[in-house]
Amino acid sequence: MIKILKHLSVYKWIILAVLGLVFVQSMAELFLPTLMADIVDNGVVIGDTPYIWKIGGLMLVVSAIGALASVIASYYSSNAAMGLGRDIRRKVFSHVEKFSLQEFDEVGTSSLITRTTNDITQIQQVVIMMLRMVVSAPIMLVGGIIMAVSKDAELSLIMVVTMPVLIGSILFIFKKGMPLFQTVQKRLDRLNLVLRENLTGIRVIRAFNREPQEKVRLKKANKELTDVSIKVNKVMAFMMPVMMLVMNLTVVSIIWFGGIRIDNGAMQIGDLMAFIQYVMQIMFALVMASMMFVMVPRAAVSAKRINEVLDMKPAFLDEGKLKADREQGTLEFEHVTFSYPGAEEPALTNISFKARRGEVTAIIGGTGSGKSTLVNLIPRFYEVTSGCIRVNGVDIREAPQSEIRSKIGFVPQKAMLFTGSIAENIRFGKPNASQDEIEHAARIAQAEDFIQLMKDGYESEIEQGGSNLSGGQKQRLSIARALVRKPDLYIFDDSFSALDFKTDAKLRQALKDETKDATVLLVAQRISTVVDADRIIVLENGRIAGIGTHQVLIETNDVYREIALSQLSEEEIA
Amino acid sequence: MSKRKKAQTSHQMGQGPGGGSMLMMGQKAKDFKGTLRRLLGYLKPRRYQLTAVFVAAILSTIFMIVGPKIMGTAITELFEGAYGKFQGIPGAAIDFTKIGQILLLLAGLYVFSSLFSYLQQYIMSSVAQKTVYDLREDVNEKLGRLPLKYFDGRSNGETLSRVTNDIDTIGSTLQQSLTQFITSIVTIVGIIIMMLSISPILTLIAVISLPVSMFAIGPILKRSQKHFADQQRTLGQLNGHIEEIYTGHQVVKSFGHEKKALEQFDTVNEELYAAGRKAQFISGIIMPIMFFIGNISYVIISVVGGILVTQRAITIGDIQAFITYSKQFTQPITQTANIANIIQATVAAAERVFELLDEEEEKKEVTTESLLRAQGAVTFEHVDFGYGEDLLIKDMNINVAPGQTVAIVGPTGAGKTTMINLLMRFYELNGGKIKIDGHDTRKMSRRDLRKSFGMVLQDTWLFNGTIKDNLAYGKDGAADEEIYAAARAAHADHFIRTLPDGYETVLNEEASNISQGQKQLLTIARAILANPPIMILDEATSSVDTRTEIFIQQAMNRLLEGRTSFVIAHRLSTIKDADLILVMNEGKVIEQGTHLELLEENGFYADLYNSQFSEKTAG
Repeated sequence: MIKILKHLSVYKWIILAVLGLVFVQSMAELFLPTLMADIVDNGVVIGDTPYIWKIGGLMLVVSAIGALASVIASYYSSNAAMGLGRDIRRKVFSHVEKFSLQEFDEVGTSSLITRTTNDITQIQQVVIMMLRMVVSAPIMLVGGIIMAVSKDAELSLIMVVTMPVLIGSILFIFKKGMPLFQTVQKRLDRLNLVLRENLTGIRVIRAFNREPQEKVRLKKANKELTDVSIKVNKVMAFMMPVMMLVMNLTVVSIIWFGGIRIDNGAMQIGDLMAFIQYVMQIMFALVMASMMFVMVPRAAVSAKRINEVLDMKPAFLDEGKLKADREQGTLEFEHVTFSYPGAEEPALTNISFKARRGEVTAIIGGTGSGKSTLVNLIPRFYEVTSGCIRVNGVDIREAPQSEIRSKIGFVPQKAMLFTGSIAENIRFGKPNASQDEIEHAARIAQAEDFIQLMKDGYESEIEQGGSNLSGGQKQRLSIARALVRKPDLYIFDDSFSALDFKTDAKLRQALKDETKDATVLLVAQRISTVVDADRIIVLENGRIAGIGTHQVLIETNDVYREIALSQLSEEEIA
Repeated sequence: MSKRKKAQTSHQMGQGPGGGSMLMMGQKAKDFKGTLRRLLGYLKPRRYQLTAVFVAAILSTIFMIVGPKIMGTAITELFEGAYGKFQGIPGAAIDFTKIGQILLLLAGLYVFSSLFSYLQQYIMSSVAQKTVYDLREDVNEKLGRLPLKYFDGRSNGETLSRVTNDIDTIGSTLQQSLTQFITSIVTIVGIIIMMLSISPILTLIAVISLPVSMFAIGPILKRSQKHFADQQRTLGQLNGHIEEIYTGHQVVKSFGHEKKALEQFDTVNEELYAAGRKAQFISGIIMPIMFFIGNISYVIISVVGGILVTQRAITIGDIQAFITYSKQFTQPITQTANIANIIQATVAAAERVFELLDEEEEKKEVTTESLLRAQGAVTFEHVDFGYGEDLLIKDMNINVAPGQTVAIVGPTGAGKTTMINLLMRFYELNGGKIKIDGHDTRKMSRRDLRKSFGMVLQDTWLFNGTIKDNLAYGKDGAADEEIYAAARAAHADHFIRTLPDGYETVLNEEASNISQGQKQLLTIARAILANPPIMILDEATSSVDTRTEIFIQQAMNRLLEGRTSFVIAHRLSTIKDADLILVMNEGKVIEQGTHLELLEENGFYADLYNSQFSEKTAG
């Protein structure tokens, strides 16, 4: 929490100003009862009307100063809090942009998103609250105590008794309530879980005629939540009555003891009235301060989550200097082994092959065999554990990441598009691409037909996540995006899965011409997609189980034959 | 931390951040009165407790309001005694016995006030939570009676939000705002009466500050709403951008777009800063302005009150009481304004819940025919069906004998689930009949019908419980031995036993502690245990390794033995051996027949078949 608040140091003058202004405002607030006491003691008692008017005017001035101070304070505190939010957000975002996929895996994409959005908003909100209200609490508290003591030190002793009682009971109730709140949350989650299961599994539940049993399960979760909610509310029901009671009884005892002191001539009646108001202010400040106990832990959780992200260092650095242009259109793996951090077994073991210009290399294997891992190593999303990968004849660690990636046209497994027009999305691959280049790429990717059918053609807008397109359409655009780059190396990571067989075949035909000066790496599930490849690499458990053409593998390789058998019948394989 | 809690704490802050929540823009209900009446209906069974709550609330408030006035008499008593003594009037002294009596009375009042206030909240917590419980139960019951059409028509998130968030809103309103509303109104009325009893002139001063502050704050509120809307909008934009860039991280990196993404981020981030700054500033000045206006009336009351005292029109204690009243006055007023908003939002929430409760239910069952153990003959007679106005299936006739296999083929998204929806009667037919063993499915109970079917889909649904419970899902009270046998038949026994707790292993929320392929094996075992005469099966096993895939296929084959089966087919062997192939595209059954018949037809199926497999036959 403190670490995050250090970002506020940029705004230290603003914050000092806020503190100063809050101080002025609190002082004004505290000064008013004293002035009122003067009205009573020097005006009312004596019957001096002009004096009453004079002090009344003074009171107006004082409260105007107070109001002005707090308006300006509000201006500065919103600047500081929102500025803080902006700065942290920027820092986190630009930091995350430096992450490799390794760090994304570690934290999880959705968690990174919440950390950059909700958590920071949470901190921002707490800072606003603190600057606006909590900061004034200690000032009011100290100021109120000083004023009260200056009015009558002995009478202030009452607070020595009642303040601990107030704080103690607030803390006690919180202590009782907190664990119950956590239980409420747990049971709420449980109810949500059962409910979500009932919604997602509705077909299965009905197919198995399990509605009555599910109803019982829901009822139980509902009942449990209700029980603990009643309990927690009954505990929290103590809060307000107890607070009010302590405050009111304090005032009653002040009047009693104050009366005695007035009787002794140690105090004036106006002072007693002012004193009561000070004590009220002090008590109120205490209640505010106890809010800190609620707010700070919550913000601290968020702060911790943000710091975790900021403290993460990218696992490897981008220090290469070479240009990647020695052997154009080649890709080479040399004894590459890779383990995910913390994994016992390597995900890839001793992978070696070389793909030349104009060749198609296909990779096939079951889930978890390491296909996607292999292709993700090439743009250096992960760092090889040992061995080396060469693109265009250059070790990818010896050239800048941007240089290596500029040679690659990558089509990921999940077609990811961005908000913007279709043309903009294709141009993502080559920022200065002409309209002709874009249309050409779309044509090769078999995307032209559906683009032309859209209302605004290439200028049609894609919604976030591409939700207005079908899976196959998204995949074709993501292929066009890679084609427009005219790279030396194409990587298709299972990129044809959402296409129907016909489009798949047409697309592969069109690609042949397009990619003759480059090397193509193709990850696939379907045998039909890989049969024509110059080289098929069969992966199993991260090792190369076989390498060769379809004809060779079908005869010599058991794993390959197993896969083929599961998809085709005997006669087709032969 | 829970939402409930947030509501609770903001309640404790009382007058604190009032300004902020006044900005809450409540959604408006379409039929406010009707919905409110219906919501109140849920409170009816607890009307006696509710009356007790109201009585306690009113008593507590009255005691609280009388307090300052009585305190005032104590101060007056003090003042007059002290004044007399100060003036040197003989015999004048502070009457401590009287003051003592007054203070004791006061202390007593406060104790009672707190006691009643506690009682009120104590009773209300069970009233509110039990009402919410009833509401949730009603929704749960309702969900069981809704047709599949309802669930397919909207996202689960939407339904969930009605059951959780909306009902939660109702709960916290009942818990807090309802009694607050009553105490606020009693307080306002009570304070006005007390103030009038002290001095009508001062009351006028105090009451006038209200329209003044409304007048001053009105335009500010309006502007701040605009800025808040701006802030919300830009925040949404920024979050959208972050989400997009993070999920597309791989793509952003491979195309070297980090810089551009950051630039875009900066632009929106600055916009958010600008909007947020304004919104926060303007909402931040509402409180000081209200305070200032409050202070003005405080000053005027002090001055005018002081003068009135010198004229002996009122006593000194009255001023003390009056100042306390005028300070207490603004709080219930802002509170009622808030509560008006909250009630709006609550009624809107309740309306959404009632909408769900009013949704059209599944057709009532007719149970003129019963089916104990079907043989497995399935007939479609002139079946018409469509999800909306357009019919997807027109006059479909098929005849499946017991033990036969029907393969359903077509490209992804061709609407193969439609067949499942019809067979299981998840949806009602528009025309024609589906018969099982010659019995019209609409004349039997859904329970009988569904007992005849087993289902293994690609979407493997398992619930958060032990593996054993998951397997026994299809057969109540299955013996352990039966469960193990089914698991063995599905090739699942081995991997289950390698898990740390074997059959007692608890599947976690996403069932991510076992692999996708293992999940599929479990669903097969579940179907084997249920032992239905007719199976619906999806062959797709796209994301499993080859060995598991072989296991799954063997298990599926075993599952299909001796049963009538409808298979969403992916394997050529299944398709070729099928007794009937249904070819689907764009939701419609476009061709039907055996493999050879369809090839001869030279239509869509032939095309599909050739494009997929022709190359290999050549190679």
